[in-house]
Amino acid sequence: MGLPDYGFYVLCATAVVLLATQAIAHPVEFLQVSIFGLTQGAIYALVALGYTMVYGIIELINFAHGDVFTLSAYIGTTILGFFAVSDGSFTAINVVALLITVPVVMLIMGAINVTIERVAYRPLRNAPRLAPLITAIGMSFFLEGVMFFWKGPATVHFPDLLPQTSWLIGGKDGVFFGVKDIFVVVAAAILVILLAVFINRTKLGKAMRATAQDRDAAQLMGIDINRTIAATFFIGALLAGAGGMIWGLYYNTVYYQLGFRSGLIAFTAAVFGGIGNIPGAALGGLLIGLIAGYSDGYIGSRWTQVVIFGILIGVLVLRPTGLLGMRVPEK
Amino acid sequence: MNQAATAKSPSPPRRFNLRERIRDRETAVYSILLIVAILFPIVDIYSNDGGTADVSQATRAGTFVLLAIGLNVVVGFAGLLDLGYAAFYAIGAYTYALFASLQLQSSPLHHAVHVNFWIMIFVSMFVAAAFGAILGFPTLRLRGDYLAIVTLGFGEIVPQLFYNFDNWTGGINAIGLIDQPHLPFWLQGPWSGDGDFKVVQNFNFNSDPVAFYVLIVILIALAVILVNNLYKSRLGRAWMAIREDEVAAAAMGINTVTTKLLAFSIGASFSGFAGAYYAANIALVSPDNFLFLVSITVLVMVVLGGMGSISGVIVGALTLYFVIFYLIPGLPQNVTNFAGTIGLSDNVANAISDATTRLNFIIYGLILVLMMLLRPQGILPSRVREQELKHAAVQEDEAAVEMSHQG
Amino acid sequence: MSQAAADNILELTSLTKRFGGLVAVDNVTFNIKRGEVFALIGPNGAGKTTLFNNVTGLYTPTAGRVVFDGRDITGSKPHQVARRGIARTFQNIRLFDYMSCLDNVRVGRHVRMKAKVWDSLFKLPRERREEERVTEEAMELLRFVGIQRQANQYARNLPYGQQRRLEIARALATDPKLLLLDEPAAGFTPQEKVELMALVRKILARGTTVFLIEHDMKVVMGISERIVVLDHGEKIAEGPPDEVRKDARVIEAYLGKSA
Repeated sequence: MGLPDYGFYVLCATAVVLLATQAIAHPVEFLQVSIFGLTQGAIYALVALGYTMVYGIIELINFAHGDVFTLSAYIGTTILGFFAVSDGSFTAINVVALLITVPVVMLIMGAINVTIERVAYRPLRNAPRLAPLITAIGMSFFLEGVMFFWKGPATVHFPDLLPQTSWLIGGKDGVFFGVKDIFVVVAAAILVILLAVFINRTKLGKAMRATAQDRDAAQLMGIDINRTIAATFFIGALLAGAGGMIWGLYYNTVYYQLGFRSGLIAFTAAVFGGIGNIPGAALGGLLIGLIAGYSDGYIGSRWTQVVIFGILIGVLVLRPTGLLGMRVPEK
Repeated sequence: MNQAATAKSPSPPRRFNLRERIRDRETAVYSILLIVAILFPIVDIYSNDGGTADVSQATRAGTFVLLAIGLNVVVGFAGLLDLGYAAFYAIGAYTYALFASLQLQSSPLHHAVHVNFWIMIFVSMFVAAAFGAILGFPTLRLRGDYLAIVTLGFGEIVPQLFYNFDNWTGGINAIGLIDQPHLPFWLQGPWSGDGDFKVVQNFNFNSDPVAFYVLIVILIALAVILVNNLYKSRLGRAWMAIREDEVAAAAMGINTVTTKLLAFSIGASFSGFAGAYYAANIALVSPDNFLFLVSITVLVMVVLGGMGSISGVIVGALTLYFVIFYLIPGLPQNVTNFAGTIGLSDNVANAISDATTRLNFIIYGLILVLMMLLRPQGILPSRVREQELKHAAVQEDEAAVEMSHQG
Repeated sequence: MSQAAADNILELTSLTKRFGGLVAVDNVTFNIKRGEVFALIGPNGAGKTTLFNNVTGLYTPTAGRVVFDGRDITGSKPHQVARRGIARTFQNIRLFDYMSCLDNVRVGRHVRMKAKVWDSLFKLPRERREEERVTEEAMELLRFVGIQRQANQYARNLPYGQQRRLEIARALATDPKLLLLDEPAAGFTPQEKVELMALVRKILARGTTVFLIEHDMKVVMGISERIVVLDHGEKIAEGPPDEVRKDARVIEAYLGKSA
């Protein structure tokens, strides 16, 4: 292990120590902030997975991915508007509406992402490196433009459909959490587990892993590269779509630039966990969500972006492979 | 082989002519731009009875042109995608603003500093270049994607940092009343409302649109000369070699990391330079002036104009500025009028004109995607160059055939 | 340094390159003498280009040493290797497509130029003079390989044979002591192959040692003085063409592959 790696681990250890002192000194507050960070992190994990899978297979940062995440919430509110849902209380209609809407939105986003790949990225697969990068950022901007055009610059309300039940543990100044928090973490966990099963047990999953490792060899084995890449985009968008809906249900508010901000954070999470590494993205998402939470709570939310950016630079300088990754992000 | 053919290789005069013709084409474009730049304010002010609003607009457009020329060095020459160009713009602007206003009075320093504009503009440039080097250093060893996202992140946090350190930078209250440049003398004329030509002593720019316009035209001219010099030099070729094929470039002895760092740094210095100018021009800097939208606007200008082509990006910048900042804002009114004349109801007309105000982002996105898919070389000048080169080859071949028939 | 060693321009000692579990170059040792034409042959996938890449710094050897002109350059970066005096062409032709032929060759001169950023930025007289000189040198090289008429043509527009020649001109522009040619005759017509061999002899006459990978036996036998044969990353034969051609292991390696 080289000197930079040591530096990386030293910084991680320092952070852990600082947080531990907080945990011991003010356990209740620490727990509260942790819950907040955990729920954020669960959603970031879902988005980070999409980034890491696409990067793993075609070595391209899909800038538009964060906007796919946001767009799903926009589309979700529209579809939910057709149901007689109760905004603010938990009814059977809510459940029905969600059971229908969430899968539908996920599939729509999957289709959109596949189309984006087909239209904007595939034609440029052999072009000089710069071209697909520019199309990617162009696509991101286009999607933001669509959302801006659709609902304007103001925040958009997402109906509050989840159970409102919540608990206060440990007395008046205790920890406050509710069904919603549990929902976010459990839903994300289920999706990640489903993804893991898919990647490891199914033929398509194996094809995706093979193509990511060595595209030429995979092709020689008879794997249809185009289909595999399209599938990767599809699945990534399914996760992002779910993530967007979950975000909407939990935070009840979205805006057109949400994907831009969240995308940067989620990508940092993917790099932190190890780019191209699927468990790494999930782990990275959780950790970055927690770190963002701690930063919001202890340093101040106006510094959180700076902290996250610092982590991105730190990882790239000290340990580009991230926590779990094997692939070095070099040419 | 034929004696006459081997004795006379394709004659130098013909090849000299060819280069002459290419140079002439570029010179033609620059000459046109220069003539238009000189005539524009004169014609416009006369036709507006002394109103200088258009000149102000043109000055803003000129600032974007300067930015586009700088970003072209990074993206067009070296092929590095910088998505946070506005960060260096901000750094340049704030560097000047801090040292040329009362801002530092209210900072922990408790002492306002007022350094001469003509010195500070170079200081801004070097500070921006330094940050370019610092930012580029960790990322230029990695794939281009990483530079892109790191610059994106940088472009986000720099304005944020200027907000956060508000005891130094005024944060959300911005820095105002920024010192204006002054010169020992200046030429006044009918455009300044006084009527006669006269030489003025101790001229203070004082937000005078014409003075700033003249300045930006001179700065652009200087930038074009310098960047052109680089383009036709050892460094310029090294940049393009890296853009074309980094492995082959390294095999030819080019240190790709330092060469890329130079591109990134020099590009940043242009942005810093422009930032100082901007701060003096608007006399107000706030973090809101340097958001991602600015970075992406400049990028779209470069992509539209033709990455790598200096005259191309100038035309691209002017075109996009005209469309985004002049045509489209005027569109709602025009659309409403037009809708009225063809008989659409008021509601529909308003809805359409309302929609047009929200088109900018979609247009940017479409331009980037469509240009890459359909016309990656950009608009006019690049294509001229390509045809020129193809035409040249045909001519040379004809000459060779002619010569081999002469023996 | 002994006389024999001083005659060696390149010495590979136990050169090994591993990619994970795959051994691409396995304990290869040989020397190339100054001023000779040395060929590297072997069936497809034998590790020839990988060996080239280890010499030029594109890969770092897993084990072993590369000594060039008396200096250990093992693990040096590609641009450092070029500066020391090794130039190369590529199996799949890597030209600068959207630059003119003249510019391609002028990039080759990069290592031997002195212009700094400041000089270029302000077009100082010293830089101007250097540019003129470099342009003339580049034109001279284009004439040397016979494509001077294409000087202002985009490299991508050239016919295949001329592209290969352009790549050689670009490599020569770095003033190399050792020139590595990776399958320079691939896809050539018999006439072009004859011209290539003449070109290699001209290059030799200029004082550059030539090290080439080639599949065409006529070309190899026609110009090489010594040959090394690689199979599955291992050196299986070394010597003058006549000896190598009769070597049983070599015949088996080739025949075995085509069976």
